[in-house]
Amino acid sequence: MVERELVIVGAGPAGMAAAISARESGITDILLLERDQCLGGILNQCVHTGFGIEYFKEVLTGPEYSNRFIEKINALPEIEISLKSFVVKLTREKVLTYIKPGTMEDVKAKVVIMATGCREKTREMVHIAGTRPSGIFSAGLAQKLINIEGLLPGREVVVVGSGDIGLIMARRFTLEGARVKAVIEIQGKSRGLARNMAQCIEDFDIPVYFNHKISRIYGRDRVEKVIVVKVDENFNEIPSSGFEIGCDTVLMSVGLIPENELIEAAGVEIDRKTGSPVSKEVNKTSLPGIFCCGNSFKIYDLADWVSKDAALAGKMAADYIRGVK
Amino acid sequence: MIKRLTCIECPKSCLLSIKIENTRVAKVSGNECPKGEKYAIQEIENPMRILTSAVLTEGLSLKMVPVRTDKPIPKSKIMEAMGQIKKIRLKSPVKSGSIIAENFLSLGVNLLSTRRVS
Amino acid sequence: MGLYDVIIIGGGVIGASIARELSRYKLKIAILEKEEELAFGVSKSNSGIIHPGTQNPVNSLKGRLCVQGNALTRKMSKELGIDFKEVGELIVAFNEEDRLKLVELKNDAEILGVPRLRVVDRAWLKKNEPNLSRDAAAALYAPTAGIISPYRWAYDLAENAAKNGVEIHTLTNVENILQHSGAGNIGDFEIDTSKGEFRSRYVVNAAGLFADDISRMIGIDDFKIRPRKGEEFLLDKKRENITNHLIFPLPSKSSKGVLVIKTSDGNPMIGPTAEDVESKTDLSTSDEGFKKVLSSVQRLVPSINGNDVIAYFAGLRPASGEDFIIRREAKAPGFINVAGIQSPGLTAAPAIALLVSGLLRKSGLSLKRKLFFHRHRKRDIHLFNIPLSKTKRLIKRDPLYGDIVCRCEMVSAKEVTDAIGRGAKTLDGIKFRTRAQSGRCHGSFCTTRLMKILASETGKKSTEITKRGKGSEIIKEERCQALPAKSA
Repeated sequence: MVERELVIVGAGPAGMAAAISARESGITDILLLERDQCLGGILNQCVHTGFGIEYFKEVLTGPEYSNRFIEKINALPEIEISLKSFVVKLTREKVLTYIKPGTMEDVKAKVVIMATGCREKTREMVHIAGTRPSGIFSAGLAQKLINIEGLLPGREVVVVGSGDIGLIMARRFTLEGARVKAVIEIQGKSRGLARNMAQCIEDFDIPVYFNHKISRIYGRDRVEKVIVVKVDENFNEIPSSGFEIGCDTVLMSVGLIPENELIEAAGVEIDRKTGSPVSKEVNKTSLPGIFCCGNSFKIYDLADWVSKDAALAGKMAADYIRGVK
Repeated sequence: MIKRLTCIECPKSCLLSIKIENTRVAKVSGNECPKGEKYAIQEIENPMRILTSAVLTEGLSLKMVPVRTDKPIPKSKIMEAMGQIKKIRLKSPVKSGSIIAENFLSLGVNLLSTRRVS
Repeated sequence: MGLYDVIIIGGGVIGASIARELSRYKLKIAILEKEEELAFGVSKSNSGIIHPGTQNPVNSLKGRLCVQGNALTRKMSKELGIDFKEVGELIVAFNEEDRLKLVELKNDAEILGVPRLRVVDRAWLKKNEPNLSRDAAAALYAPTAGIISPYRWAYDLAENAAKNGVEIHTLTNVENILQHSGAGNIGDFEIDTSKGEFRSRYVVNAAGLFADDISRMIGIDDFKIRPRKGEEFLLDKKRENITNHLIFPLPSKSSKGVLVIKTSDGNPMIGPTAEDVESKTDLSTSDEGFKKVLSSVQRLVPSINGNDVIAYFAGLRPASGEDFIIRREAKAPGFINVAGIQSPGLTAAPAIALLVSGLLRKSGLSLKRKLFFHRHRKRDIHLFNIPLSKTKRLIKRDPLYGDIVCRCEMVSAKEVTDAIGRGAKTLDGIKFRTRAQSGRCHGSFCTTRLMKILASETGKKSTEITKRGKGSEIIKEERCQALPAKSA
């Protein structure tokens, strides 16, 4: 079986920063596995600015931020990039099995850094009653459709959740000519950055309903309307507070969950509530030599912080190898 | 009249109190640094925004290439700018930072690609 | 299109079973289905249980056909390459009075021919069903209960029927039926549909929720389909082994009760509710339904909690009276009604097919066996079901198996294109056949790619790709077109 020093799973902002830092910390044999056909991960679809303010002291878009890391990686021959490589299994002995078009490979690593990112909470997870028509999208899916595929998935949108992704997408839809009729937030204040509230919501006069939630979705084949209700401090519906909003799209932006199915199957202890690895120290998991960084470790608000902690993970991996040796 | 704004120049997010007389800023308070005052004046008298979006390509490796204005443009021109962006068909390869449209909308800003496409 | 021997109205699991059975004979057969794909009506909301035959009235068609269907499904599932898993069922009693009811159920079931029934006690339950409530006093154990994927079953039956010559017409809504008076006793039927006219010597009405509307077209209106909604809730696959058997409470007058179900794909399911409704098309779920199901099943398995629920849906049972309505119609010779097929319809399907075949023969249809009947169907390949070593060999043979589209359920591009080749035209069609979009992220990751594959394989534009047929399009417009409605 092929043996490598360091295998990193995921070449988004976390994986790339970890790879560069690991190389700079002295590891000279790095395999970077990425399931997509290019580096960058989620950054590729984040066409908006807001990246790099802390890390590079510049105002960058997602692809520009990503590009800084891509150029560095391309200049480091010790980092082997394997695209279209989808990891299907990880063992506690640090053997990874991955699928590439035409082949399935096994590789044993001295140290592993998982940078598998996160997924979005779905409508079902927040128990919204009603029908199951087309027109209900997670914010990330809508973002990909619009920014990567040039497809507009809706014309009259209700956004559920005032987190950053929801706010960004409210603006994105508006710029494409759709009408964002409301942002519905169950808490008393916005979950996103002040900058996004200003530039995505206030700029376009989009109504925000704090202390509200969607109680029901209507529409047989496509979303037709939603019922919005006010909630009390315990998030219970206040009766008779419901009103309708006609729409053809419900955009779900209700939270992110670290994507840790692989390490969980390998025996790493995962916190059932958050999806994060159980850990007292950033990037570490309950299995020595298996590190986890970026959104798969915990959900970060800024990509800049992801890169910072992921860079630390690269150093930690180097320390681990030296210690093990 | 008094308008309240959250400053977005740095993570401190100072809550600004802006006194407006005859559509001009008379006084700014609540800011912890001069950037806040500058931001308030700009936001009230002539709000500017960097516009980011994506343009359709023809015959290139990616269907859409992400773009940005290299400098902020007046907020009031944003939807008009989007109208123009939607008309663009990029036919030749570009690097990140290449100019796709010079002097976009005659506003003295350029529309740049933010990603390499071959 | 010529004169058909038999036209089956309705392409759910019943229509598909009947078609498959009749395709053994030298007959010109067609299924007419009004939706974009088969099994998009009642069949897709099924619990997937192959019942042993308990809980049916002794002299009922339901009882007889269920027991027969259980045996037939086992045999046919092997022929058609689909997983049937025998998991057994437990009908649970909480006190002595209920335990006596179990004995009654057992006796009734044994008259119907249900095999190997026994009443088991607390000790047995503690050992064999550890998560069952400690308050459970006894249970009726029916080992022959099993589970199957209801829509894959419908698709596999239909595919095999098609291989044996049955025509399948989708998006074909029956609008009117006329019977001509023939020279002898039986006159041909003229069926007007949204896709033109079909003519057939015999008609089988297996139209589910709309069976009464179809039957009325031929002047027979002595039954009415009264939809009864059932909401069901899927649990995280990680809870797959929360139970070892299907768990039933004691049945009530109108329903089998709220169950703890094991499904063929691994996710446990809880439900269904039972609520009489007016609408034949409203599939909405409710907070009340959720609360009711949760509290009912927590009585049986206390450790189930709301956080385990990852998905939910509703179905409508085509209820009509107490028993199945499967009969020849004297007023319209050659017309067979197959209506009111609620539970245990899925189980009974192959037996219903045999019964209908017999009724057609009694009506004068000559059933001559074909020389070559393709009895077998090759099992579908699903990467998530096979060991990695086998996946490796597949990828070497066909690289498209190595192109993973749905990462939650490990579905490759090859499986997706195969599903489209076998009739999937919509995102739901792909979901039901491959499980892509059924996983943790509910399609957030794979939908984009699935749409692209569908567009390229079917020649549809992006704006024409749907969730489950016209009206459920995903994309409103493609970038090359419209400008924003308003400017600055």
